[in-house]
Amino acid sequence: MDPRIQFIAIAVSLLFLCYVLWQIKKGRLREEYAFIWILSTFALIIFSFWRNGLEVIARTFGVHDPPNLVFTGAIFAILVYLLHLSLSVSKLHAQNKTLAQELALLKEKLNKMNSK
Amino acid sequence: MSTRVKIAVIIPAYNEQESIAAVVANVNSVSTDEITVVPVVVNDCSKDSTLKIISGLNCIALNLPINLGIGGAVQTGIKYAFNNDFDYAVQIDGDGQHPTGPIPMLMEELRKNNWDVVIGSRFIKNEGFQSTIMRRSGIKYFQWLLKLITGETVTDPTSGMRLMNRKTMELLYAYYPDEYPEPEALIIYNRNGLKFGEVPVQMVERQGGQSSIQGFGTIYYMFKVTIAIIFTFLRN
Repeated sequence: MDPRIQFIAIAVSLLFLCYVLWQIKKGRLREEYAFIWILSTFALIIFSFWRNGLEVIARTFGVHDPPNLVFTGAIFAILVYLLHLSLSVSKLHAQNKTLAQELALLKEKLNKMNSK
Repeated sequence: MSTRVKIAVIIPAYNEQESIAAVVANVNSVSTDEITVVPVVVNDCSKDSTLKIISGLNCIALNLPINLGIGGAVQTGIKYAFNNDFDYAVQIDGDGQHPTGPIPMLMEELRKNNWDVVIGSRFIKNEGFQSTIMRRSGIKYFQWLLKLITGETVTDPTSGMRLMNRKTMELLYAYYPDEYPEPEALIIYNRNGLKFGEVPVQMVERQGGQSSIQGFGTIYYMFKVTIAIIFTFLRN
């Protein structure tokens, strides 16, 4: 691997890590979501330093072409994460429904009290 | 302490400005010396003037700040009825398909048979509006599916006209499906040991508005409800 691309990879990974940490610090990203981003950033950093890492791991799993391992792993991770997001959205949907219903019931009660 | 029976008639309304006033008036006309019938209109964030119309009617108006769909709207009404000590809750459609006259009869049947829920069915006597052949075959399919899963025969599983006691309200308070809740609710009753039965009622063709189930929606409806029935059965 050309040292230039290694330098770029390390720099970008570190910047990404800083950005994720910054978002957590500002309270914009919940820790449960941050966890997976920090993990993936660390994976990126490790592979930026450890040049032969990918080949070693691919050989261990019996994958002939190392990039295929990257695609398989990445797509699987993305699917898992998408499922996690669908679950979160379903939960938010249920909570949102309860809130809307409580609000409608409270508005009715308030109207009744005001008109008395 | 009065011994009058209090019945809440839950009318979910989404863009029903043409028919809602007539439905509310019909409901109010059912009250007798023994029964107080209160129309509870749940305005599911209508875009037309439903909100304005119902605030001037003799009814309880519950206005949802966001559109929840028929199930979420009916559940809001159930919560209201339960919180305000109603003895029974009836759900009817906001488009005037369901007659209000049989409501006392539904309650009598429920008490006589010791049921928790009573369903108004079009297909016991096959009188009144019978829907189209396509829709009837869909209904036949749900009949078959419910029979297969629960062993019970329900002639009109998609009927939205139901009267329930407080035990049922309490159960549906906790969970009620959002979309196309009727067939799925039957499984919820069945799995929670509620007793239910059907009595014949005559329905009429919708008085205004459009059915939410048509075209491609039909396929989605059949698929969604099938999945929901199977998983509700497994969950409980």
